[in-house]
Amino acid sequence: MSVRPKAPSVGTKPPFWRDRAKRALTFQVLLIAAVVLFLLYIVGNTQDNLAARGITTGFGFLTNTAGFGIVQSLIDYSSQSTYGRTFVVGLLNTLLVSALGILAATLIGFVVGIARLSPNWLIARLASGYIEIFRNIPLLLQIFFWYFAVLRAMPSPRDSLTLGEVAFLNVRGLFLPEPQFLSGFGLIPLALGIAVVASIVLLIWNKRRHEATGKRLPAGWISLGLVVGLPLLVLVITGVPVTWDVPELRGFNFRGGFTVIPEFLALWLALSIYTASFIAEIVRSGIQAIPHGQTEAAQALSLPQNLVLRLVVVPQALRVIIPPLTSQYLNLIKNSSLATAIGYPDLVSVFAGTTLNQTGQAIEVIAMTMAVYLTISLLVSMFMNWFNARVALVER
Amino acid sequence: MTIQHKMIEARPAPKSTVGPLAWLRANLFSGPVNTVFTLLGLYLLYLLLVPTIEWAFIDADWIGTTRDDCSREGACWVFVKARLGQFIYGLYPRDEIWRVNLTFGVFAVLIAWLMIPRLPFKRWVAAATLLVFPIFAFFLLYGGSFGLPLVQTHRWGGLMLTLVLAVVGMVGALPIGIVLALGRRSQMPIVKSFCVVFIEFWRGVPLITVLFMASVMLPLFMPTGVSVDRLIRAFIGITLFQSAYMAEVIRGGLQAIPRGQEEAAAALGMSYWLRMGLIVLPQALKMMIPGIVNTFISLFKDTTLVMIIGLFDLLGIVQAALSDSRWLGFSLEGYVFAAFMFWIFCFSMSRYSQYLERKLHTGHKR
Repeated sequence: MSVRPKAPSVGTKPPFWRDRAKRALTFQVLLIAAVVLFLLYIVGNTQDNLAARGITTGFGFLTNTAGFGIVQSLIDYSSQSTYGRTFVVGLLNTLLVSALGILAATLIGFVVGIARLSPNWLIARLASGYIEIFRNIPLLLQIFFWYFAVLRAMPSPRDSLTLGEVAFLNVRGLFLPEPQFLSGFGLIPLALGIAVVASIVLLIWNKRRHEATGKRLPAGWISLGLVVGLPLLVLVITGVPVTWDVPELRGFNFRGGFTVIPEFLALWLALSIYTASFIAEIVRSGIQAIPHGQTEAAQALSLPQNLVLRLVVVPQALRVIIPPLTSQYLNLIKNSSLATAIGYPDLVSVFAGTTLNQTGQAIEVIAMTMAVYLTISLLVSMFMNWFNARVALVER
Repeated sequence: MTIQHKMIEARPAPKSTVGPLAWLRANLFSGPVNTVFTLLGLYLLYLLLVPTIEWAFIDADWIGTTRDDCSREGACWVFVKARLGQFIYGLYPRDEIWRVNLTFGVFAVLIAWLMIPRLPFKRWVAAATLLVFPIFAFFLLYGGSFGLPLVQTHRWGGLMLTLVLAVVGMVGALPIGIVLALGRRSQMPIVKSFCVVFIEFWRGVPLITVLFMASVMLPLFMPTGVSVDRLIRAFIGITLFQSAYMAEVIRGGLQAIPRGQEEAAAALGMSYWLRMGLIVLPQALKMMIPGIVNTFISLFKDTTLVMIIGLFDLLGIVQAALSDSRWLGFSLEGYVFAAFMFWIFCFSMSRYSQYLERKLHTGHKR
């Protein structure tokens, strides 16, 4: 009698826990159940707690009168304004310091990053010293340093540091002359607009003609001349319709002019200097990522040095630089929330700070604040993906 | 006709290409533009260094116990000296300081063991650091058992608290980060989207709002009557925040492992967890170490933010000491000291991570 081996069970289903699809389904159902249970637990607890503290939920508080002043505001604001308006004021202040910080950090970062690659030994060492010092010290400490140790230690208004008796720096902030536009000034932005449009048209036309015929004009210089020259010409023709409101010492403080509060200065300086040290490293590694053969090939085509940089190295380096650069910009925007530590009235400080303390609407306020930062992050990431798709290498 | 039978002795390089003078010419004065830059750089260095050295060393006061011992011409390091114990241990009871020292001593030994490439048993030491050490540190620092007096967390502070926050955030974030990274690469749509939303949410908001949330909203989430220690709230906020960043670093490492590795493991009949645990993660984790060190550096710097929710880390305690009426006006000294401490830690860690990167990238270097 021969033993027949048991035939492999063709067609019979494997047990439930070995079926990948069913296992995945179970796993995901369990995950959803866990998340839902967790949320229910939290929501239930929160409702109990809010009821115990007598807080009503909802966004009704946004229309109540805030009753506190804000030291810097880009729109009209008084202590009679609503909480909704404090939100807008805070948001605008966050955007202001972020935008100016991004501008300054990019400038410093590119200069230091290029200096780091300088053939001059001393300059390269100075640049790497800058990078190593500032990126290894916490940002909050740098903000405190600029605010408490530098700007708060400035002299009183009477003994202000001054630049040519028009700009003054003292413990109350930086006082700058403010331009007052007289009638007829409206022509100058108009002239600027016309010059910009004309330059863009010129540049596009020049590029098309260059590609079609090989001939080209020095369009860059012409449009620079247009953009600078035309508004200046109009300014002179209309007889310079601008006066300067220079700050003056009256009593214990300066009157007139344009005041930059020390909180803004400290935050802006610290954000720019700190972020610039990261941007410098990004710029350096971006430039170093371009293989030397690219430069050599360009030189072999006898391109002059400035064209080697402009047409060969920089466009390729930018492709490497821009993604991490954007994430540094995002970091800067998020880091601007440290403003709350020195009392610069940004979104976190006036809204998640003062408004939350006064109304007790923790959930709504924190949710709105987080939503703002999330929206900014998502918008920037969307831009990033679009940009990446545009400049990505087209490979086989 | 003559034939040269001997090699001609190599002649020394021309005088103009060797020696310090030639180096100066090549690196500092190789043209008019470079010369101008060098002189500008030297002037800048002079402007920065001379007053700094005079302030910090030459005119500084080192000896004494009160502010009257300071001449006020240079730095008053007496202030830092008088407060050093507080800056390092916070308000931890003076008689119990040995516990802090022992904890961080053990930690330093463990980390040094992991960092020195030649030492054996790396896997066991790593497991001990991640699993055993936190429990050991908790019982030693918090006390209340084994005959050790209890030390409430509001007495923790200074450099010690900074280190505790950073290490707890790291140790807590690593496992969550691994799970999130695996989830983000999963083929189950719900698991994947859950992980993506979780990661992008924490990465999209500033740490300050996370800490605010942990300190304001967390008590609301708990059942009525349960209160959470303020330090625990900070731990929770920091760990959640950090785990999202950790997940992205780990995902980067996982993506660097060729697909064939996992397919080969699957062909041998290994289950998902065996494939991940024995094949993919061990290779990936090694490649991630520089990235993990870098996120640890940023976490270490970010721990300073806890002072905004009322904890006294190194920066918080320096800031508090500055408003002491007996020591007003020494903010510069305090900040320079704190900056120096942070700088030492961050700089040495970043150097270590650069060294690792060089070591790991030997194969691909151009």
